Amino acid sequence: MSERLTIGFLPLVDACLPILARELGFAEAEGLDLRLTRDVTWATVLDRLLYGHTDAAHLLAPLAIATSLGRGRPAQPLSAPFVLGLNGNAITLRTDLADAVWPQAILADPVAVGAALAEEARARAAAGRRLRFGVVHRHSSHNYMLRYWLAGCGIRPDEDIEIVTVAPPFSADALASGEIDGTCVGEPWNSVAVDRGVGRIVLATAQIWRRGVDKVLAFKQSHLADRQGASERLVRAMRQAGKWFVDPDNRQEAAAILARPDYLDGSADIIGRAIADQMVLALGTEPLFYPDFMFQYNEAANFPWISQAMWLYSQLVRWEGLSYHPADAARAAAVFRPDIYRRALAGTGDLLPGASSKVEGSLRGPLAVGAQQGEITLTADSFFDGRIFDPDRLQAYIAAQT
Amino acid sequence: MKIVVIDESRARATIIEDGLRAFGDAEIFILSERSALIARIAEIEPDIVLIDLGNPARDVLEEYFAVSRALARPIAMFVDESDDEAIAASIDAGVSAYVVAGLSAPRIRPLLDLAVRRFQAFARLEQELAEARGQLHERETIDRAKRILMNERRWSEPEAYAELRRKAMDSNRRIAAIAEAVVTAHELMNGMR
Repeated sequence: MSERLTIGFLPLVDACLPILARELGFAEAEGLDLRLTRDVTWATVLDRLLYGHTDAAHLLAPLAIATSLGRGRPAQPLSAPFVLGLNGNAITLRTDLADAVWPQAILADPVAVGAALAEEARARAAAGRRLRFGVVHRHSSHNYMLRYWLAGCGIRPDEDIEIVTVAPPFSADALASGEIDGTCVGEPWNSVAVDRGVGRIVLATAQIWRRGVDKVLAFKQSHLADRQGASERLVRAMRQAGKWFVDPDNRQEAAAILARPDYLDGSADIIGRAIADQMVLALGTEPLFYPDFMFQYNEAANFPWISQAMWLYSQLVRWEGLSYHPADAARAAAVFRPDIYRRALAGTGDLLPGASSKVEGSLRGPLAVGAQQGEITLTADSFFDGRIFDPDRLQAYIAAQT
Repeated sequence: MKIVVIDESRARATIIEDGLRAFGDAEIFILSERSALIARIAEIEPDIVLIDLGNPARDVLEEYFAVSRALARPIAMFVDESDDEAIAASIDAGVSAYVVAGLSAPRIRPLLDLAVRRFQAFARLEQELAEARGQLHERETIDRAKRILMNERRWSEPEAYAELRRKAMDSNRRIAAIAEAVVTAHELMNGMR
């Protein structure tokens, strides 16, 4: 008799692992009857998780942390034993703005395009109409990465430009109508804007932070304790799904599954491009291969590094005008649960990092790091401005942020 | 008291509106258009906002409330009232409520209870409709299966139906399921689709 587990998700490419774990039988092989519940807003995905409609959720990592810290609603501690994917988002500019700051149909240099954008932002503000960018949610890596990049280029978010929330399915409409001038959103929504000819992709968020954590699989902390066995089996099933997913031979099948009406209900062609890291940046141009676009499975990509949770906390503090509190930092760090990830995969032959935290952004090239057995090679994980984040020096890092 | 109901389903919004009219002092605004939603809300300055859980504008709305907390008239989420049972009931019914800070719980509760009951009633209606459609679809499938058997096996209609029923009883399945299998097999054999 298999155990039922229900997962809430939004129709995005990085909901792929629970979907594939179900569709390819990896969950069933682990004795799980996996059910998926699709919604259209993060608010509803979160409500269903908090009020027991679902056992776990595909959730924005920053939202899991903000919920645990009681931002916007009473605090409810969440636990994330698994990272569903790294990056996978892009910054798309309305065609007129792209023409002004980055006319070429190649991925921009983040510093160069940032400088041009700063100039344009000043000009538009002087003309009485600030540039406006859309993000999917205030507690999203999209928002944090966009702001990190803008601030690093001398553009003050909320002052020099405006940042508003736009639901991903409407971002192309918002670009077309001029409601926003740019957006930071996940796939397939950048490509939808490109295909409609209303915008051009200029940056992948992976160019801002090469190994930025994006979505996690989140449980209520109390519920995870009740369903620990099932959660561990789910982690194993999703690692199997991830291994299958990164095999280039399976791309077409993966895209076809994700495109089904019950899941993303979209174009298998566009979804297939995101899976293959092949992005069409401008209408009518050839796809460009950017291997870090959405990073999955390899280099322990699904491992919930405590240091990543702490970086997200540093950005929450930065952009919500909070001050650093050690107790908050500890609660944020406790959301990521490498202990569960390790317990789930111990003895499966999967490579498990020896440490639970690392200095983020310090790798410029491949480095072999200690694993519990053998070693894992990590490649570059840098931030676009070359800064590094040492979780042991969190307070100093926050103090140095402007 | 001003109440905004955001619902892209006009029919459901009307059902809720009818119920809320029972509260004498309630002024009700139905917003079913997606465009300029936030501007409309800012204009109305509601005391209570009700929105269905499936509405794609929820994240945008919550962002507006988060920002409005810094303004003179902050809107709190109902969850702030820490009436967990009432919230759970509303989530189950598929509606979420946002309430202006400072509005007392005894005033909100009967309104929310009513909205929840109306949402549930609407969900029941929809389910009945879906079941009726399902039954119609089943009847059509059984008819197609009968026609296939009549053509292929040269059976009369009663014979074809008796055969479907016998198979269903033998395999402990519903007649509609057997009919579906016959139709699918027929399509496969004839290379349809």
